[in-house]
Amino acid sequence: MITIVFFAALREQLGCAQLNLAIDTPSTVLEVKQYLINEHPHWQKILQHESILSAVNHTVVGSEFVLKSGDEVAFFPPVTGG
Amino acid sequence: MIMLSAQSQDTPNVSIQTEDFNIADEVALLEKYNLNDGAVVTFTGRVRQQNNHNEVSSLMLEHYPGMTEKSISDIIKTAQKKWSLGRVKVIHRIGQLSLGEQIVFVGVTSAHRKDAFAANEFIMDFLKVKAPFWKKEQIIQKGVLSEHWLEAKKTDTDKAELWR
Repeated sequence: MITIVFFAALREQLGCAQLNLAIDTPSTVLEVKQYLINEHPHWQKILQHESILSAVNHTVVGSEFVLKSGDEVAFFPPVTGG
Repeated sequence: MIMLSAQSQDTPNVSIQTEDFNIADEVALLEKYNLNDGAVVTFTGRVRQQNNHNEVSSLMLEHYPGMTEKSISDIIKTAQKKWSLGRVKVIHRIGQLSLGEQIVFVGVTSAHRKDAFAANEFIMDFLKVKAPFWKKEQIIQKGVLSEHWLEAKKTDTDKAELWR
């Protein structure tokens, strides 16, 4: 089981802040994205936008990062704080 | 050393909060019992009225709890390796903020001004491009109120790149 969280514009576009996913681990971040798109086809354009960043357990990672059970995966747009 | 404010134990010099901060109080904390540092540099970011030619009425700031603190803490640790620093404090507000309100505070002390100036700018530059905050801007156009998420600016990414 992994937890997935979405933030800001991405959260609003998907209409989803958080979900739990029972997927086989190890899986990559990219595979999780693919799984989500298969489950929710209308998420494809939003999740595959080139600007979307991913983090695992609070650290930014690339799409090939390998997940283990219990991980928290976050997807979000480029940051605009300060 | 006396603990002067209640902060998370993991990131004692980072505070993410809805409430405002007082610059004088923060400077006093950076200076208290600190007789080694001759330089104190502070930066404060505020909500400004004109942004991208829009008339801003307010901002809403969202963040990723946990990752925000870690990200800023990592930036501070990098700065502490690059320069000889005394104390560092970063405060970032979240939630609804009105025109003119304070958003962010970065305070750095050092023996001499050169390190304090550089580290303060470095921390702010990387906070802008690494810390997971997102601003939603409420604007007035032709008397009509609307809101939108701000886009990240290339000038900010370019500025941070200059430190590499």
